[in-house]
Amino acid sequence: MTTYVILKLIWWVLLGVLMASIGLMVGMDMGVGILLNFIGRTGDERGTILRAIDPHWEGNQTWFILGGGAVFAAFPTLYGTSFSVFYVVMILLLFSMILRPLGFGYRDQVNSARWRTIWDWTLFISGFLPMFVFGAAFGNVMEGVGYHFTWTGQYVQDECFLSYLLNPFAILCGLISVALAIQGGAAILMVDTVDPIYARARKFGVPAGLIAAVLFVLGGFWVGHIKGFVATKVTPDMPANPLLHGQEAVMRMGALLEHFHANPILWAIPAVGILGMVLTSLFMMANKPGLGWWCGVLTWFGVIGTVGTAMFPFLMPSFTNPNQSLTLWNATGSEYGLIGMLIAAAITLPVVFAYTGWSFWVMRGKVQPVTGEDGSGNGSLSGGY
Amino acid sequence: MDLINPQVVDLSRFQFALTALYHFMFVPLTLGLTFFLAAIETVYVITGRRIYKEITQFWGTIFGINFALGVATGITMEFEFGTNWSLYSHFFGDMFGTPLAIEGLLAFFMEATFVGLMFFGWDRLSKGAHLAVTWLVALGSNLSALWILIANGAMQDPQGGAFDVATMRLQLQDAVALIFSEDAQAKFVHTSVAGYVAASMLVIGISAFYILRRRHLELALRSFRMATLFGILSIVCVITLGDALGEIDFHRQPVKVDAMEGIWTTTHPPQEPWLLFAWPDDAEQRNYLEIGIPYVLTPLVTHSFNTPITGMKEYEEAAAPRIRNGINAVAALQRYTQTQSPEDLRLFKDHANDLGYGFLAIKNAPEQNLQAINDTNIDAVVKATQPDILPNVWVTFWAFRIMVGLGFYFLLFFAFAALFSLKRDLMKHPLFLKLCVYSIPTPIIAILFGWIVAEAGRQPWSVWENLPTFLAASNHSVAYMAFSLTGFALMYTAFFIVELYLMFRVARTGPVAENLAGHGNNASPLDVFGLSAKQGVR
Repeated sequence: MTTYVILKLIWWVLLGVLMASIGLMVGMDMGVGILLNFIGRTGDERGTILRAIDPHWEGNQTWFILGGGAVFAAFPTLYGTSFSVFYVVMILLLFSMILRPLGFGYRDQVNSARWRTIWDWTLFISGFLPMFVFGAAFGNVMEGVGYHFTWTGQYVQDECFLSYLLNPFAILCGLISVALAIQGGAAILMVDTVDPIYARARKFGVPAGLIAAVLFVLGGFWVGHIKGFVATKVTPDMPANPLLHGQEAVMRMGALLEHFHANPILWAIPAVGILGMVLTSLFMMANKPGLGWWCGVLTWFGVIGTVGTAMFPFLMPSFTNPNQSLTLWNATGSEYGLIGMLIAAAITLPVVFAYTGWSFWVMRGKVQPVTGEDGSGNGSLSGGY
Repeated sequence: MDLINPQVVDLSRFQFALTALYHFMFVPLTLGLTFFLAAIETVYVITGRRIYKEITQFWGTIFGINFALGVATGITMEFEFGTNWSLYSHFFGDMFGTPLAIEGLLAFFMEATFVGLMFFGWDRLSKGAHLAVTWLVALGSNLSALWILIANGAMQDPQGGAFDVATMRLQLQDAVALIFSEDAQAKFVHTSVAGYVAASMLVIGISAFYILRRRHLELALRSFRMATLFGILSIVCVITLGDALGEIDFHRQPVKVDAMEGIWTTTHPPQEPWLLFAWPDDAEQRNYLEIGIPYVLTPLVTHSFNTPITGMKEYEEAAAPRIRNGINAVAALQRYTQTQSPEDLRLFKDHANDLGYGFLAIKNAPEQNLQAINDTNIDAVVKATQPDILPNVWVTFWAFRIMVGLGFYFLLFFAFAALFSLKRDLMKHPLFLKLCVYSIPTPIIAILFGWIVAEAGRQPWSVWENLPTFLAASNHSVAYMAFSLTGFALMYTAFFIVELYLMFRVARTGPVAENLAGHGNNASPLDVFGLSAKQGVR
């Protein structure tokens, strides 16, 4: 094990941690956006729901920004290739992500029911679509993507991506992601609001988690019947260049389960995910939404961990040129860069956790139901302004 | 080698320009308004006078409208490198992604977390704690700018990196050199301080509108005075730092400086004029209709009276051997990727310094393949590539003139604003107040043209002298690009209308006393973790 190999492994784990954090932190706010129009029946109620996440959504969304930046720095080739290969979906994701800050920021600026309704549906779209794409993308990389590299490192797409983008398995993964977002959103709403919103959030959140668990188990059986990738030759300390012939890979049926069959202890990872989903729902039923929300940590780490383990060492395999598949051995940044980023993360992340915790603590407690003649709350951008 | 369809490259460039310029209509206001808010709130905390809290909250509303769009369009910027510039990401991600990731860790987290408390924490935090939060938002947003501009500085002058044969990309070797690159540092201060000018102008413009209407005078006159002070300090810094940045570029990116000043042939100091007006002709490589101020150019660019400035034509000539070397380097590298022979590696290393120029020549090689170059056709390829090393002079020249012209207008403007403000007779100058209102967008225009100078002047490179733009793009179809461009154009236009509508609305309404946040006030620490299951508003 050279230093470089250890660094690659650390960053592979950190990539998973980042993805799980995105699911947990961004997912809950997006879940609230998805539920907004179904739980909030009047403008006032929707205002109250948004007031619950208003102070924090921006900080939470930074996980998404950081995820992008970290993949750019730690897995440059993966970043350039995956975002380009998934172009149409990525652009749709960007379009919906652009709408979010405006939905939060502009909704209460104008005292008109129609204006607010437009932004409320904007928040629904910008909650549902990104979470669906987030999940579907995991489904797509598990099945593999068709691309290869020219000698300069430029990727070439081997077939029109649209033709297989929304295949049934990817849709299933997208739905799992949406269901988990709804569960997280419902939990945070129960923490922050009172009846009737509290009761309705509970009504949506409990089944969402159980549905997610069922779908997740279904996915587990499904992957046994799709073609996965197996690395037949790897060179962990190879320079990060998919063109160097440091690895060979083949496709075979059920490959995604091989690691689990070889090391049964790994089954604990999906088990933790399922446990998290079920526990969250149970705690919500028992009116302990805060504990339920914390079980979401188990859920997301379990789910992302399952995907990572199943695909190891692949990050984005190519079914048209399996040997050029991007893995954690051939798609990372330089050793120097990885060390530098690790130091930066080690210094800054504890501070980030500290002030994030502090900001939640400052804004603790239930949101007072918003009242306004037509649901404006106080007809201003936000609390104090 | 199949090159990417030039049309797709152009569309990708156009999309990047559109999204980047749009993003930077809002960022400068964020950079400046956060400090402005922090300053007023400081006055509020020190004096304890309610008027200052109202001023803070009013400009806070304006800030919020802008901040939403700045954040929203910033997401596009980050992800666009991956979606539209895949080879750039692969080739330069190790150096470019690192500052972007650190920006997220160190700056944007701070900015985004505390902005929520800034808006919603008025009745939850003590005066001092809220002030600290506001200062942290200001610090966070400006730190964001620092790291983003370090990343841009790396594109302009990739300090601290080296090309690595095994991975075929530039790799980071010296983080300190990357972070403290002269170009990045000068760019950061120049850009962020320009943002302060933009914010000052916005505050002055809206205040002037109230003074004209004799409304909210208490707020307007105070804001006007504070913004004038803020602005006059800032514009002096912008001009000084712009000059410093120009001098750095004169050493680091001399071709860009030539394009900015329209210098085709080597100058004859000291009487060389600084051109007020000219019509650069890129095809003919000369200027028409030159009108200039003699004796100004040499000291302005070189900070001396007798240094000649090499012209673009000379640089074009001087590029010939570099292109020739580069062709050898790239051809050897291409063979080396297949053969891994030490001979090819040695050949590559002999010419490695000019690698970028070899990439630039690919476009003009027979069948776009450098392997097809031999002694008979190399001269033609080199000749065809030479003009490619120059940016579009007309665009760079005029973008620079608009930026500088506006910069000196701001200097005059703030001098008058300070004069009237100090004499306390603003009311007597309705014409000047009208000018204030109409000047609101001018700093933004200057800043956008500044970016055009920086980025159009960097062409043909996406990474200076290392990676040409035409190689850096993603291999998309025209249809894909049409889809994304249409979407961005429609959405951004709609947002712009909404934003202006809201800004005008807030500005017309003015500050109104409002109820504060909807969060209850006396909960137990347990609620952070949701451990308290009690229902009901506490």
